[in-house]
Amino acid sequence: MNILVCISNVPDTTSKINFVENDSKFDSNGVQYIINPNDEFGLTKAVWMKESNGANVTVLTVGELSAETILRKCLAIGADKAIRIDCEASDAYSVAKEIEAHCQTINYDLIICGRESIDYNGGLVPGLLAGFLDYNFVTNCVSLEINNTKATCAREISGGTEISECEIPLVIGSQKGLVEESDLIIPNMRGIMMARQKPLEVIQAKNINAKIKDKKFHKPEAKSEVKLVKPDELDKLIDYLENEAKVI
Amino acid sequence: MAVLVYLESEDNKFKKTAYEALSYGKALADKMNVKVSGVVFNCTDSDSLKKYGADKIITINDTDFEEFSSKKYSHALSQVIKSENSSDVILSSSANSKFIGAHLSGIMDTSFVSNVIDLPESINPFVVKRTCFTNKAFSSTEMISDLRIIGVSSNSFGLIENMNDASVETFNVEKVESNQRILKIEKETGSVTIADADVVVSAGRGLKGPENWEMIETLADTLGAATACSKPVSDMGWRPHSEHVGQTGKPVSSNLYIAIGISGAIQHLAGINSSKVKVVINNDPEAPFFKAADYGVVGDAFEVVPALIEKLKAR
Repeated sequence: MNILVCISNVPDTTSKINFVENDSKFDSNGVQYIINPNDEFGLTKAVWMKESNGANVTVLTVGELSAETILRKCLAIGADKAIRIDCEASDAYSVAKEIEAHCQTINYDLIICGRESIDYNGGLVPGLLAGFLDYNFVTNCVSLEINNTKATCAREISGGTEISECEIPLVIGSQKGLVEESDLIIPNMRGIMMARQKPLEVIQAKNINAKIKDKKFHKPEAKSEVKLVKPDELDKLIDYLENEAKVI
Repeated sequence: MAVLVYLESEDNKFKKTAYEALSYGKALADKMNVKVSGVVFNCTDSDSLKKYGADKIITINDTDFEEFSSKKYSHALSQVIKSENSSDVILSSSANSKFIGAHLSGIMDTSFVSNVIDLPESINPFVVKRTCFTNKAFSSTEMISDLRIIGVSSNSFGLIENMNDASVETFNVEKVESNQRILKIEKETGSVTIADADVVVSAGRGLKGPENWEMIETLADTLGAATACSKPVSDMGWRPHSEHVGQTGKPVSSNLYIAIGISGAIQHLAGINSSKVKVVINNDPEAPFFKAADYGVVGDAFEVVPALIEKLKAR
């Protein structure tokens, strides 16, 4: 089975979010980039499938040279091959189009994307890919089993879980639950050394025009000071919530 | 040009988020000086939509849509979009609506902007405001396509009543085949879900162990609230993952968020930033959450929470 895991290069969750160039661009100065957490859950699952049924795992990112650091990490975690489509990732649409073009050249049985990235939170790439390629699609995927050509998936829904089955090829939007946080693979020295020998292919981009553009970023306004209530004056808290904030 | 709103329903009732999406769609249509229609799948409660300004209600009544299928729903919507010549499609931010939003965009070869919190700043160019970096920032985003699909963030726009005597039309869908089928749905019964909740009561490591959650559940029941938790709590298995709120968990945009024994790590605060009013109960006055909260109680959760429940019940 051929698995493609799409990886997004995102600022570490503890990063300070600042903007430059008249608030039109994210300030990456001093920011550490990581594998998008939702993608990493999917990658771990793919590596497990490789270990249990001998699947072939390719990781792909759409991005500039700097994104290769996380691709090497993916190889150290256990992917067989990495691909970088060489262009600036400008919006979900153009990224998904670039991935689609690659998927027209190689048949993947399973495409795993994080359900959303933690930077722009669009949650769009897996759905776009499924729509472009006419593959089956399950997002917010918290469990996946594939037997021959049949996939059984669980999806987190509002207040519960939905179990469905379908034929591959399939696109899933992965998230925590597909594997646990404690299952994430920390690369060991052997993995890191092996990763250096594994292929990292750079593909020329099609340079698709973006459909959305961030014109200006804003940061939330500074909050007014918290109103403190003493533990023995809870009536005051209830009064605030009822009459000032009007939320209960 | 016209605005089309997908109106999500469950058990023959529209969700509150559907009314919010329609309120948004009506306001957008007014701003653009066009008409707004709503699409309804197998729900007979169309009359309730008139209150929120729909000009037309398009109903699809077909057993093929009894169970949710992102593919079938998206293809059906794409047919309505073409037939109505829609320029803008509005969805809510529920799990199923986001699912459809992305899938439909792929089928229609266009883009989708989710987490939108306000009407467009301008129509030409079309610039909407959305949250990004998991609520740590906002972006004024220009949408460059003839068909725009917009996901409205819950509780951001609110419900706006606007009586309009909508016409009701039936739409016949050309079916698409799908080999995907639902085997079963497991629902947690009786509890309010985080996505639908106006009030969320959330607790963290300060509670010391899963056995102490009873008071959290009681407080939530008293307020008609959903329960949630911090990341360490779900990682330790004290509470299910579905309750994990934060940057890698669920975002919360409730009207009231009560955090008990949660210190307020940056990743947690990111996830709850778009909640309107935040209350923190923590025995550590230095906890970062006090900087993000509107109201705070410095005190022992094991004393404050039971006292608060008692006072709320006595109201």
